Amino acid sequence: MTATGKPGARNRVGRQTLRFPSRPVIISTGTAVGPREGQGPLGTGFDVVKKDTLFGEKSWEHAESHLLLEAAGAAVRKCGLTYADLDLMFAGDLLNQIVASSFAARELDVPFVGLYAACSTMAESLALSALFVDAGYAARALACSSSHHDSAERQYRYPTEFGAQRAPTSQWTVTGAGAAIVAAVGDGPVITHATLGRVLDFGIKDPNDMGSAMAPAAVQTILQHFQDTGFGPRDYDLVATGDLAEVGQSIAALLLKEAGLDLAGRYTDCGLLIYDRSNQDVQAGGSGCGCSAVVFCAHLMRRLLNRELGRLLLVSTGALLSPTTYQQGDSIPCIAHAVTVERAGPAPSPRGPCPAAGGGAMLR
Amino acid sequence: MLGKDRRGKARSAAGAIRRGGAGTGGAGRSGPGTVAEYAQLAESARRPRPLARNAAAAFLVGGLICAAGQGALAYWLSRGFAKDLAVGLTAATMVVLSAVLTGLGIYDAIGQFGGMGSAIPITGFANSIVSPALESKREGFILGVGAKMFTIAGPVIVYGLLTAVVMAVLRMALRT
Repeated sequence: MTATGKPGARNRVGRQTLRFPSRPVIISTGTAVGPREGQGPLGTGFDVVKKDTLFGEKSWEHAESHLLLEAAGAAVRKCGLTYADLDLMFAGDLLNQIVASSFAARELDVPFVGLYAACSTMAESLALSALFVDAGYAARALACSSSHHDSAERQYRYPTEFGAQRAPTSQWTVTGAGAAIVAAVGDGPVITHATLGRVLDFGIKDPNDMGSAMAPAAVQTILQHFQDTGFGPRDYDLVATGDLAEVGQSIAALLLKEAGLDLAGRYTDCGLLIYDRSNQDVQAGGSGCGCSAVVFCAHLMRRLLNRELGRLLLVSTGALLSPTTYQQGDSIPCIAHAVTVERAGPAPSPRGPCPAAGGGAMLR
Repeated sequence: MLGKDRRGKARSAAGAIRRGGAGTGGAGRSGPGTVAEYAQLAESARRPRPLARNAAAAFLVGGLICAAGQGALAYWLSRGFAKDLAVGLTAATMVVLSAVLTGLGIYDAIGQFGGMGSAIPITGFANSIVSPALESKREGFILGVGAKMFTIAGPVIVYGLLTAVVMAVLRMALRT
């Protein structure tokens, strides 16, 4: 990497970006999803597809923990490890007191760090796992995140059987969990950078339109990432935001263009990829912690492993509201965290970062 | 909104993002100018609610529910009940029907299709009580079902009663 670190923080580049010189490896990922996600366009790529949404559990909250355990189990199994081989686990979800994660952690007996970052949790947990591995505090860390449509509806909106009509801007919370094992050594795509976002609020108050609320935070993190690292837009094969869906993705694309960052067809959103919006009644698209978690851990990882993607920027986006704050009329503060994932190769990518055409100059 | 106007708003929002919010010295909270402009930009990106489709669906679903109610009334009348008793029985029939459809997970799909057409009739009111009751039965009968049953219907009952009291007082005042 060409950008130099800060005095006193040698692995920090620019204002918000961390670099991981040891290139922590994502050695395995696992995903578990509900039936609607299984019927979506990415359905065949998930490790576990459930037939119903309660999985024999007694509540939606337990069902969500169940999904997280299945995703973590698949990740561990696929690389031939056991939970005892994990030094740390980072997990978070949308429920009060992040119970889906901590109840899952109760079953695993792995040192646990609970996170709350709303739907940006997957990128945050990947960034923290990479950080702990890079700094030598963990040989293998589990980064995971979950959401469940019914537990989220209950938490944020109405009872699941209530017959309210959903607005076209509203998004469908993904029932799914994704888990990734980040290790110091092994085979797989590597995490080279993470850009931790700032909280940004552009005054959107409608909880049925989180995409518009989150778009500025996503754009800020993306712009800051390019400025900090000196990467140019062509250094990435794909930039994927977490769950902006139809409305937010179109705004973010417009804002990026107006800010001078032309990603030219290499920008997508996990909330658009997970469902077939013309045939599945999901309004603007997917949302929730599970959205970027399952799309990254299944679909995007597969594309990295297949060598369809050389370098990916995953930008998970989170709306930091609660039912209380929007009922009290507050606007929605939002955040986005980004991680750079590169396919591992014997040689560095031929289109490595080129500071001459770097984004830093362009963005100034 | 004009394309050019939209671009101008996007450019100004992009500038505000780069400055880290706008007008408040780099804090993440945006100034009122940016908030107003961004709200317009977001509005232009939204797909509007399909009003004609929603109205037609509401008319159809609401009409069907009312027709079913009329059918129930005709049935109770044919069984020899007096009109006022038959009306009460009809309301009860529709509430039970709605509760069963809610329990079977069908009423929310009707609501997504029919919108206000299924919300306004008494079946919608029953759905608004049965759905939180079902959802919170796992928290027990006191703190769950009992406490949360009226989370949606509660305001309707409170303001319905309030309106009834005001109207009754007005009526009494106008009579004297």
